[in-house]
Amino acid sequence: MELSGDHRIAASRQAVWNALNDPEVLKACIPGCESLTRDGDNAFDAIVQAKVGPVRAKFSGRVELSNIRPPESYTITGEGKGGTAGMAKGGADVVLVEDGDGTVLRYTANADVAGKLAQIGSRLVKSAANKQAREFFSRFGDIVTGAVPLTQAVAPEAVSVAAGAPATAVAPPGGRGDENVAHIRRLNWALLAIIVGLIAYILASL
Amino acid sequence: MKKTTNRYVGSPVKRNEDRALLTGRGLFVDDIDLPDMLHAAVLRSPNAHARIVGIDVAGALERDGVVAVITADDLGDFWQTVPLVVPPPPIDGLVFNKRTQVPLAKDKVRHVGEAVALVVAESRYVAEDALNDIVVDYEPLAVAADLEKAAAGDAPRVHDDVAGNVAAHVHQVKGDYGAVAGRAAKVIRRRFVYEHGMAQPMETRGVVAQWDAKAGRLCVWATTQAPTSLRNGLADLLGLNAVQVRVIAPFVGGGFGSKLLMYYPEELLVPWAAIKLGCSVKWIEDRGEHFLATTQERGQIHDAEIALAADGKILGIKDVFLHDTGAYNPYGLTVPINSQCQILGPYVVPNYDSTFTAVFTNKPIVAPYRGAGRQHGVFVIERLLDIAARELGIDRTEIRRRNFIPPDAFPFGNEIIFQDFAPLTYDSGDYAPILDRLLEMIDYRRFVSEEQPKLRAQGKRVGIGVVCYIEGTGIGPYEGAKVQIQANGRVCVTTGIGTQGQSHYTSFAQIAADHLGVNVENVDVITGDTDQFYWGAGTFASRGAVVAGNAVNEAAEAVHQKILRVAAEHFGCGEDKLVVEDGQVSVAGEPGNAIGLGDLAKKANPMRGAVQPGVEPGLEATRYFGPASGTTASGAHAMIVEVDPETMMVDIKKYVVVHDCGAVINPLVVEGQIHGGVAQGIGNAFFEQLLFDDQGQLLNATLVDYLIPTSLDIPHMTLDHTVTPSTTNRMGIKGVGEAGAIPVGPLFAQAVEDALDLPSKGVDILEIPLSPNRLWELNQTTRPDH
Repeated sequence: MELSGDHRIAASRQAVWNALNDPEVLKACIPGCESLTRDGDNAFDAIVQAKVGPVRAKFSGRVELSNIRPPESYTITGEGKGGTAGMAKGGADVVLVEDGDGTVLRYTANADVAGKLAQIGSRLVKSAANKQAREFFSRFGDIVTGAVPLTQAVAPEAVSVAAGAPATAVAPPGGRGDENVAHIRRLNWALLAIIVGLIAYILASL
Repeated sequence: MKKTTNRYVGSPVKRNEDRALLTGRGLFVDDIDLPDMLHAAVLRSPNAHARIVGIDVAGALERDGVVAVITADDLGDFWQTVPLVVPPPPIDGLVFNKRTQVPLAKDKVRHVGEAVALVVAESRYVAEDALNDIVVDYEPLAVAADLEKAAAGDAPRVHDDVAGNVAAHVHQVKGDYGAVAGRAAKVIRRRFVYEHGMAQPMETRGVVAQWDAKAGRLCVWATTQAPTSLRNGLADLLGLNAVQVRVIAPFVGGGFGSKLLMYYPEELLVPWAAIKLGCSVKWIEDRGEHFLATTQERGQIHDAEIALAADGKILGIKDVFLHDTGAYNPYGLTVPINSQCQILGPYVVPNYDSTFTAVFTNKPIVAPYRGAGRQHGVFVIERLLDIAARELGIDRTEIRRRNFIPPDAFPFGNEIIFQDFAPLTYDSGDYAPILDRLLEMIDYRRFVSEEQPKLRAQGKRVGIGVVCYIEGTGIGPYEGAKVQIQANGRVCVTTGIGTQGQSHYTSFAQIAADHLGVNVENVDVITGDTDQFYWGAGTFASRGAVVAGNAVNEAAEAVHQKILRVAAEHFGCGEDKLVVEDGQVSVAGEPGNAIGLGDLAKKANPMRGAVQPGVEPGLEATRYFGPASGTTASGAHAMIVEVDPETMMVDIKKYVVVHDCGAVINPLVVEGQIHGGVAQGIGNAFFEQLLFDDQGQLLNATLVDYLIPTSLDIPHMTLDHTVTPSTTNRMGIKGVGEAGAIPVGPLFAQAVEDALDLPSKGVDILEIPLSPNRLWELNQTTRPDH
């Protein structure tokens, strides 16, 4: 399954790149993230608990990055396993392009689903993933441009998801400087959040 | 040997079993509720092909309510690859690589849904939660999902030691195709792709096992179509005597072949667990599991050609095909051999050269589903004839008529080996009258020459389809039946086969009732209980009525003879003076001088006195029937459709079937079988398709996405029948269980092609299933030379 899209954010490319910088922010972006540990330079393992109504599923995820060219582009690959709910794995190429005084964030992702996700949800997967991605980047854009202030960020508890609702609650970035590679490490959680949201969305439809 | 009456066999008798079924008093496997019963759930692989690096069950064992978690290593000597259900027929030059399934995967999984572990717990809820606690470390391997790619030399190997994923290779020849192809007026070559799907019975599978350690007896309730074979296998694999094992197939809610596979992992694991744990264990399959854990049929790809004379007479056929057999091949060659033989159809095919390769893929096991490969074969021949008819300028029904085997040519030998291990022989048949009657019922001439042009002028996309087929039915090895007059005068008929809705409780009762002069409602039929009848093979291949029915016939006739003998002694008169009717025996002309059959039975079982040597007590007989070969049923279907040009939905305006299954026991039962078969055929042709991706993942494993037709999609059908009695059995009957499902694919292709006038665009329909999407695509195509 292929997903692609682009989202224009009314902020400079450097601002967008920086906004993806704060590890606390990104951890806060993923509802139910229980642990996040580094494994070597370019990989992270995470355990995320997703709660959909009365159904609770624990997902273990791992992402790796490559082709890092700050502040322009990189590739991330990751996979999430949800036990008997199934698994998803995929990757994305992310590119930031200057567009006047704004930035276009362009992603081309592909994902494979297996297990119950594939059996029950394949019909929903692509539209759900597209929707999640649009929601995520839309919120992200709001935070970066200051449209939604930091203090109004939603607390990142395991969020109950109804079918059709976005799975991610986005908290604003801290804006602290960090090395570019670390920025990328944080951005990859966007993909993980999409995968988790995807899984949660599917569970809600079961 | 005169029967007392002919009032039941041949009559539309209402079913004996319906009262219990319709009032909820039928016993199904899930109704079994034992006081100490535990519940099992199966952990299934989410990967189509992977190595199992490790299985960690600690988390599951810690969960409250979990009694046991079983993996392959726990099974010890019980773990083994299961025996073949059906060995391959003796064919010259056969290549056959037996690779059968195991109770639980060890080292490697080869299809999504393969069983990896069994959890036994206090409730199904706890068991399923515990599945989530088990952590399996899989190392994914490259997947061989697509049939053609799996057959290519460089494909990932489903079985490490089987090159090219070749499960089997078979070449059968009749005559010399090469010699005739050269002088043919017309040679048609096409590639056909046919996919058959899943039975999806209303009741999924289930097993309950109870082990009585003190009595040393195992009782297994299972939704199986072959209780005696399952009993034999379980006894063997568990190290028990066959008499220690009882298998009961109670009411079973539909089988259609999907409840045959011996041995499904659960059929082995649940009894094993019951013995090991000393508690009864129940496992009921849910619908999601069913899609991956129950056998199915899938695709074949045929590169076929037909050589014809100018008048449309077939000179020969050559066909090379690939058959997707799934990850394991316990069912041998039954499905592709049926396809191979079916291509010959009701036609004279003097030269035939057929080769197939059965290919392992990383998908669930392929085993018979109503039709068992015949669908694929009939699609090839009927489509070839349609295309030939068009190119030679011959009417589609006329080209078939010209090629029919003439009625004086029976028994007709087709030489190649059939699934009954004998050279394919049609015992009897007369095909032209079937076609005549069919064309009359659908008013073919008038439709084609008047109605269709008129409707087309109005812009309506209407089309007609007419297809013919034969079906080899009633194969051996044998079945048996016991008929017994009980002390209360009721008759008991027992047989080894099981029943999954075929009306055995009625048709077998009819046979016995006619011989014994009793009311059909006073005959109790017991099927599917190995304690009640020891020997048998099972319900499959449209054989129940033919083989078990004839065994009932022989046994009932023998009991009739005993009645005469015992009654003659009782009345002190000759047997020819006796009248057996209305449940009693009387002396002709003396209606008051009568004895009820029950009392006569008691007399035949004295408490004192002597019984002559060679005489058996009671009024009871057990007989077996084993036909030397199958018996060939036949038929034709016709359909008028209208296709909506915007939605591409197909509206069936008229559906007609004329069928010949020899002598008929119960016309209502025959009609029911045809209705059901056609409904599944319509599902196959237009609604159902198993969608696997290139990773072997099934993408539509729910009834929301796997479309089974509803009552709104199935047309009212008009049926008629002709009778060419079978020569393989005394009752002259042929099977009819699968017939309705077999020709619907090519029927759809022909009718819809006609409705959309696809040939005028140079488009042939060469695939099944169709769908509105696919029809839209085909309709958009126009070949450059048209």
